[in-house]
Order: sequence, then structure tokens, then C-alpha cells
Amino acid sequence: MSDQTTEPRTAGATNNPLGALQDPTPDKPPRSQWLEVWDQLRKHKGALWGGFVLAFITLGVLIGPLIWQVDAQKLDIRSKDMRPIYVALWDSSAKTGWHRPLGTDNLGRDILANIIAGGRASMAVGWAAMLLTIFLGTFIGVTAGYFRRLDGVLMRLTDLFLSLPLLPLLLVAVTLFRQPLVSRFGPEGGMFILIVTIIGITSWMQTARIVRGEVLALKEREFVLAARSIGTQDGAIIRRHLLPNVISPIMVSATLGLAAAIITESALSFLGVGFPSDFPTWGKLLADAVPRMEKYPERVLLPGLMISLTVLSVNYLGDGLRDALDPRIRGR
Amino acid sequence: MLTFTIRRTILAIPTLLFISLAIFLLLQLAPGDPMAQVPLTVPAEVKQQMREALGLGAPWYVQYWKWLVQMFWIEPKVAIDALFGTSLYQDELRVISWQTRSPVMDIVMQRIPQTLWVVGVAYVVAIIIALPIGIYSAYRQYSMFDNAGTFFSMIGFSIPPYFTGPLLIVIFAVNMPQDSFWWFPSTYDTTHKVVDWDSFGVQVRQMFLPVMVLALQITAQLNRFMRSSVLDNLNQDYVRTARAKGLPERVVLLLHVLRNSMIPVVTVIALQIPNIFGGAIITEVIFKVNGIGQLLITALFANDLPMVMTLTFIFAALIVIFNIIADVLYGLLDPRIRYE
Repeated sequence: MSDQTTEPRTAGATNNPLGALQDPTPDKPPRSQWLEVWDQLRKHKGALWGGFVLAFITLGVLIGPLIWQVDAQKLDIRSKDMRPIYVALWDSSAKTGWHRPLGTDNLGRDILANIIAGGRASMAVGWAAMLLTIFLGTFIGVTAGYFRRLDGVLMRLTDLFLSLPLLPLLLVAVTLFRQPLVSRFGPEGGMFILIVTIIGITSWMQTARIVRGEVLALKEREFVLAARSIGTQDGAIIRRHLLPNVISPIMVSATLGLAAAIITESALSFLGVGFPSDFPTWGKLLADAVPRMEKYPERVLLPGLMISLTVLSVNYLGDGLRDALDPRIRGR
Repeated sequence: MLTFTIRRTILAIPTLLFISLAIFLLLQLAPGDPMAQVPLTVPAEVKQQMREALGLGAPWYVQYWKWLVQMFWIEPKVAIDALFGTSLYQDELRVISWQTRSPVMDIVMQRIPQTLWVVGVAYVVAIIIALPIGIYSAYRQYSMFDNAGTFFSMIGFSIPPYFTGPLLIVIFAVNMPQDSFWWFPSTYDTTHKVVDWDSFGVQVRQMFLPVMVLALQITAQLNRFMRSSVLDNLNQDYVRTARAKGLPERVVLLLHVLRNSMIPVVTVIALQIPNIFGGAIITEVIFKVNGIGQLLITALFANDLPMVMTLTFIFAALIVIFNIIADVLYGLLDPRIRYE
């Protein structure tokens, strides 16, 4: 790009002294920042695959129930303990059937339908907790970075939260607050609110630290000074000038937050303090299957694979985004 | 350096007090009742007296103060007595578990060795595996080996322990023939005593699966840190100087680069130790290791608030202590760092 602009300028300087004052017209329309980012992201194979797999899983759990119209909660005790269809490949005497492609559990519930329903719950918890984390982290980070008076207090608070033992505290909080919330919002709604809030409250610290650092550097820059000199209010400076500039670290920590939230929710379900048994999530399905995994290993493997695949794809996407959003290494 | 250490230690005291207060207030909201298990034939006023005997009648600040006194005045006396054979402890009331009606710290001291063994060995195994992989990955950046290492780390990050645990059990404990060398027990037997080489072998075998699960996670993280730290140092001027002097590549990498890139890695290792204790809860539950993580879970389900309070505080104290250790180590290892 630089060689296109300098050439007419030097040519003009030798012939016409006024040429230096004329702006050369670029021969291509300017490209938006997001187009550049997309170009860079496409070069990162892992990120592309991660995004593809994540989109596939998300679409699968969203429109899956429309295609596979089997009730996940329907008990069919006659066809209980069926094996997945692929088991018939090496064990022709196994109880399999095409109407239950991934088999059934010990109460005859369809496993494919359960995995789709569990995925909906896990993804919903993951996205909601991630959004809450990002909101809290950005809010505290921007406030601490922009208003010097609040900086000390908020950063001490962040340090304090960072020295809390998170998993033990999550366990304590879920067991303690389960009863009042469940009685107010119902067993599923109450647990959803509780788990999302608790994950959000205990995981905003990294985002807040990164955002604060960026804001501290940005608010000393000339464009913020220029904005302030024409009388822009603090709120407008933050919204119009600071937030768009810290969007890339926020997006990277959003991907990490999504992965962490899915893992934490499954861990809580696995330890038996998550959702009730008739409300499947991937972690719950995995935990319920562990006692009988010698005879039916697929009931552990399938939800476990779904969790790992989702988290792996999110992590790869985050890795690619980090590279693509960093202008210093873009275009290499 | 010494003043810095002392100042950090003194500053840690209010932090720990605040954390303990926060945990205590959180537990005050607990709906559970320790008398729920008492038979219904016991009259209500007797139950009330039993609650007051447990110290539940007093306002929260009195309860908190009593916990503080028990934890930081009476328990240290017991500990000193046990260590040096003195008799400072005069039968004062210690922190009592509601489940077993015995002192909490006695139970914790019984459980800590199991956790320490499994977590400690996993940590050492992870360090031994992760550091060479990280160094070689950085030295041959973007090579086949490096890409494989990145993929391995990503998998280690992404597969949670509650999946790897059952997976390893299915492979090594269920589907493996019992008489094969590669068969490993899926549960951890705490009563097993190491007296000779055979029983040592049994101990190693029963630690194998939980250690593998924990080590996979730690390896994935440490490997990434080591790689990026070595990469940072490989571009430094002193590396070019060392090469220009004609030093062999081995010396440049293993003496000059390694020593400098170990500085951040050592602090990360120190910082991660308390997280590992927290993360070991799941591994302990899967492999039935009766360590402090499993103790916390059972205490939570049994509504044993003094036990939960003490254990959560121990986890918090570990984090604060290792934060200080990491800071001090960083200053000791890197003379360029000067704490004012």
C-alpha cells in the first residue's frame, strides 16, 4: 500500500511544486477493519475449523429438536439399555435399532434427544454466563481505568476475588442458594439463574484487568484529548472512543469465558450440585452414566466428547481471533 | 527484599481476615439445620438447647469471633503441642465438625497426606514432561513437533478431568485384562501401607490414573508458558552475542536461554499450586481418593458448616501464601526486578 501512495507524490514534486499538496486518490476503496480481520482469520486453519465446528454444534442443538422429534424425557421401559447403532458392526447380538440411533439409557430415554437437549442447556448456560462475565469485566475494567478515583478500590476488589478459591466457593454457593431460588423460579429456571450468576460473579477478573490496562493507555492518547476538548461528556467518550478500541481483547476473553463457563457448569453437574436430574445437561448426562460405564461406555463418551469438542473449537477460535485482531501481526 | 517479604506477609493478614469474613457471612445464609438428623421424638426445646450447645444461638459476630479465636489461637497451640510435645493446649473448645463431633483440624490432618501425594506427584510428573516439550517446541517453532505440541496442549486445556478420568478408567481398569501390566486400579486405597518394594509398586500403580488425569491438565498449561517464555528469550540480543562468540547451540539453549526463561515459568508453577488443590476435588471424587477435596464435598452435602468454613479458608490461605511465594521468588531469581 505504501508504494502506491509515495510514487505519484515524488513524481509530482519534481514536476510541479504544488503536487506535494495534492492528495493522491487511492485506486482501491478503503477496506473496513472487520474485513481485514476476517481475511486474517481465514488464514488460521485451526480457527476456521473451530468456528465451523462451533457453528455446527450450535445449529445442531438449536434446530436439532425440529429434525429429531423424540421427547428426551419420554420413558420407554421396554426398549431400555439399547446400544448405539454402530455397536451392531462388531456385536450382532447387541440390542440396537435405527429408531434409537445412539441407544437408550436405563429408563429407556433416547440418548440422541438427550444429548441435543443437554447441549441446549449447556450452550445456554455457557453463553449467558459468558455475556455476564464480559459485561461485569468490561464495566469494572473501564470504570477502574477511566476514573482514577475508583481505580484503587476496584483493583483491590479484583485482587481479592482472584485470591478466592473458586471451585470450593462455587460448590458452597450453589448448595446454599439452591433452595430459595428453586422455590421462587421453579427447578430449572432457578438453577439456571443461580449457575449463570455464580459463574459470572466469579470469573470477570481477567477481563477487568485486561480492559483496565488498555483503557489506561488509551485515555492518554490524542484522540481522547481531542474529543474532550470539544466538550464530549465522559459517557460519550467511553462509548464512542474507548469501547470500540478495546473490543478485540474483550472478544478474545469472551471466547475463553465461553469455554470456561461450559466446563464449570459441567463440573458442577458432575459433582451433583447442578441441574435436577430430569433436566439434562452434558455434564449431568456424563455424571449419571459413570456408575454403569463398564457396560455402556458410550453414555460417558458421547457427552464427554461433545463437551471436549465444543471447548476445543472455542479455544481454537479464540486463538485465531487473538492473532487476527492484533494489527501488529496481521498480514504476516 | 526482606522488607518487601515482611510487608507482603503483613498485608496478607487483612486480606485473609476479609476472605474468612466473606465466607463466614456466605455460610450464615445457609438454610440447613444441623439438628435435621435428630429423631423427631426429641422435643423441640431439647433441640433448641442442642443448637445453643453448638453455639448457634449467638449473633453472627460472636460466632465469627469464636471461630477466629479457635482457628488462630487454640489450633496453633494444639499444633505446637503435637510438634514439640509441650502442653499449651488446656482443653479449650476447638473447631468441632457437626458430622463427626470431633475437631475439624484432626480430620483435615488425616486427609492432607493423600491429597499432597497425588497432587504433588502429578505436579512433578507434569513439570518433567512439560518443560522439555516447551523448550523444544520454541526452538523449532512451527515445526511438526511444535504443531503437535500445540494440539496436545489444546486437548489438555479442553478435555475436562471429569471426562479424562472415566475415560482412563474404562481403558485401563475395565477393558484391560486384570493380569496385564497395563491394568491399573480405578480406586485409591488409603489404608495401603508402603513397607517393601512390592507394596511400593502397588502404591505407584494405584496413584497412576489420578496422577495422569491431573498431570495432563498441568502439562498443557506449563508447556504453553515454557514455549512462549523461551520464544521471548530466543529473540534477545544476548542470544545473538552468544552465538557470535561461537558457543555451541547446546550451551546457548540450555545455559543462557533456559536460565532466563525459567524465571517467569517458576513463578507460574508457584502460582498454579493452589489452583491444582482446588481442581483436584473432581479427580479425588472420581478416583475415590479421600483427600481434602472429597472431604469438602461430603461436608457440603452433610451441611457441616464448620468443616466447610475451615476447608474453604484453607484453600484461600493457600492461594494468598503462594501469591507471596511467587512474588518473592520472582524478585530473588531476577535481579533486574527491584521492589521498592
